[in-house]
Order: sequence, then structure tokens, then C-alpha cells
Amino acid sequence: MNTLNLDLSNYRDLLKQYIRTQDETALYQAEQFSKLSMQQNISPEEIINVHIQALQDLYPELPEGIESSMNFLLEAMISYGLAYQEFQSLREQQLALKSEISVAASMQQTLLTTVKPEVEGLEIGAISIPANQMNGDYHHFVQNDDNKLGIAIADVIGKGIPAALAMSMIKYSMDSIPENRMDPSNILESLNRVVERNVDPSMFITMFYGLYDPGDEKFYYSSAGHEPGFYYNAAEDKFEEIEARGVVLGVTRDTKYRQYERKVNPGDMIIMLTDGVTECRQGDRFIEPEEVLDVIKANMHLPAQKLVEQVYKHFERLQDFHLRDDFTLIILRKEV
Amino acid sequence: MNLDINVSDKDSTAVVTLAGEIDAYTAPQLKEQLLPLTKESGKVVEVNLENVNYMDSTGLGVFVSALKSTKENNSELKLVQLQSRVMRLFEITGLTDIINIDSTVRGGS
Repeated sequence: MNTLNLDLSNYRDLLKQYIRTQDETALYQAEQFSKLSMQQNISPEEIINVHIQALQDLYPELPEGIESSMNFLLEAMISYGLAYQEFQSLREQQLALKSEISVAASMQQTLLTTVKPEVEGLEIGAISIPANQMNGDYHHFVQNDDNKLGIAIADVIGKGIPAALAMSMIKYSMDSIPENRMDPSNILESLNRVVERNVDPSMFITMFYGLYDPGDEKFYYSSAGHEPGFYYNAAEDKFEEIEARGVVLGVTRDTKYRQYERKVNPGDMIIMLTDGVTECRQGDRFIEPEEVLDVIKANMHLPAQKLVEQVYKHFERLQDFHLRDDFTLIILRKEV
Repeated sequence: MNLDINVSDKDSTAVVTLAGEIDAYTAPQLKEQLLPLTKESGKVVEVNLENVNYMDSTGLGVFVSALKSTKENNSELKLVQLQSRVMRLFEITGLTDIINIDSTVRGGS
């Protein structure tokens, strides 16, 4: 096949060939010509202009009406040409944005990465899957020098990038709280002041903060409006909702948070989650919290990490692999 | 799903009647209509949620910003006739303690 040239004589020859022979190959070359024109940013009205000139070359005696009509068409195509140019530049901008967002997302990933600590006598499973590129859920483990384990699980309301930025703010505030003030109620009270001062009025954060002390084998916790978690009582083989009242972070300035505690016995589990877990929908049907517990119960024989992964897989299947909200689930189990 | 927003604004009371779902798609329309009402000093803004069968956290965000606006502008926000599923969201988040919510819960799925 001849190499295509985007010039007048080439177009004229193609046109001539087609008019004489009605040959399909000429049509195919016309298609190639238009594709090449797009690559070279040649506008539709320029092609029409080439067409007019080729016609004039081929038929010097072209009726005046035809010639005028071609000029009319050319004028009509100008807006299309402009729209196409705009489309092209938008497409380029979109590519640039996409790559910026993925840079931001991987930065967030790095900033918010938390290491699942090793605590003697405690098994920990954690999974967090974002619904979009940036995760609006946050969880963080802190291990103090005296071996206490702090666990924060939070959901930033307000989606996407602003939510992700708010989360980085939370993480830095938490890092700056002195170690001797790591009581759950204390932490929530400080964070509330930070969020209340800084965040846009429609944004707020729900957070559950728990602290496990291997010394007295107690779990201390407070909640700022967070989806209630569950406690598995191994001796009675029963799940119960972890009741903790408290208003979400960032709504009123001097909120106090009540701190609760309970003794953790061997085999007991503490289940913390975000509403991505309980707000799962299967078609129009909501997944009730009881179903989450059923799945946990059915897989309880697994190690904690395998267990949380299995629960995620279960709901992922139900939702036809489409997550509406970020999904975070943490399970602590005291070894027998 | 859509959200129908009906505002009847008479003297010192505005009644906002909602029907449908409040989620990330409909919340901006609600915010646009609700917030200006709360900016009027002395105004009582009553939101009827009887026909709202679903609300997600974005919807809560709209009511939180409306509440903040009433504090700044000396107006009042009142939510009435919530379905149980919607009520649960306000309870979990502790917002029942700081927003005036009529506790008569309507049925609901």
C-alpha cells in the first residue's frame, strides 16, 4: 500500500480513483486519511477545504451552486472543529489529572501505612479496602513503650480527596499526642478540637479508639459516633454490640468522651469496623450487622488475619465486586 | 433514586419536606436549599423525613453543616418523623444529643 500523504495531490488522486472506479480500497484509504488527520490535529474544515480544492482541480467547470454549497459546508463544520480541539485538550488534561491523583494516592498510602504490631498473647487481623482510589477509612496501631496497644479506626465523612487530606491531618495530630496521654477519651477529646477548628462544616469524622493493656488484660475504649463494634465472649460463645456513646469529631468544640473498659478473657475477640462493612448493599437489600457476625462465626477457626480476609471476600462476592464504601475490619483475639 | 425537596417558608417557620434518598448524589441539592434557610436569624427550620427511606453519611454531613449554621445565625433546626433506619444513623453518631430530633419514629424497612 502507498504511504499516505496528507497533501492535496494525494487526496485528489484518491478522490479521482474513487469517482472512476468506486473502488473499496480508495474508501479504505480515505478512512486512513481521516485517522492520520486526527493524529496530526487537522480539523474537519481543513479536510473539507482540501476536498473543495481537489474538486476544483478535477472539475474546473464545477457548477457555481456546488462550489458555494461546499463553502457553506465548510463554514458549518468550523464549530465541530473547535469542539474537537477542545475535546483533545480536555483529554490531555484528564490524563495529567489522573496521573496526579495516582501520585497523591500512593503518597497517602505511604503516609498512612500502619504496621500491625506483634503483641504477646494477642492475635491481630486487619483489612482495609478503599472503594475509590483514595481511602476514606483510616486505622492505625500504636505500640507504647509499656507494651500497651492503641488501635484507632476512623471514617472520614465527605468523600474523595478532601476526606483523604483530613485523614492525614488526623494522623499527624495523633502522632503529636504525648505517650502519657494516650487514654482513649483523651485522644478523642484532643482530636475533636483539631477537627472542629480545621475542617469544612459538612465534613466530620467518626472514630473508635481502643487501648489494650497486657498488664491488667483490659481493653479501654471510647467512641466518637463510630459504628459500634462487637465483642465475642468465648466462655458464653456469644457476640454482643460494644456500646459506647459519643458524638462524632468536629461538630461541637468541648465534647467530652466517656471511657469504657472490660476484661478480656482467653479466646475473646474484639471486632472493630467501619460502616462500609454494615452499609453493604446487595441490590436494594441492606446487609444487617447480624450477617457480618454469622460470617465471622463461620470462619472463627481461622487465624485472625485469614478471618478478616475471608469476611471481606464474602461481602465482595455479594456486592458483585463493587464496593460502595471503603471497607475496614479489625479483629483482636486473645490467645487461649 | 431521586430526592424531592419541598419548601414551605412562612413567617418564622420553614417546613422542608423530603421524599426519596439522601446520598452523595442528592445531598448537594439538599444543602443548596436547606442552608440558606438556616442563615435567617430567629428562623425555625423543620425538616420532615417521613418519606426518606435511605440516608448515608453524606446526608448526615448536610445536617451537621445546617446545625453549625443555626448556631452561627441564631436560628433553629428540627428534624421530625424519621424512619428507623435513618434514626439509627443519628443515634450511632451521637447527633441525637445535639440536634433537636423528634423521637417519634415512623415505620420503615
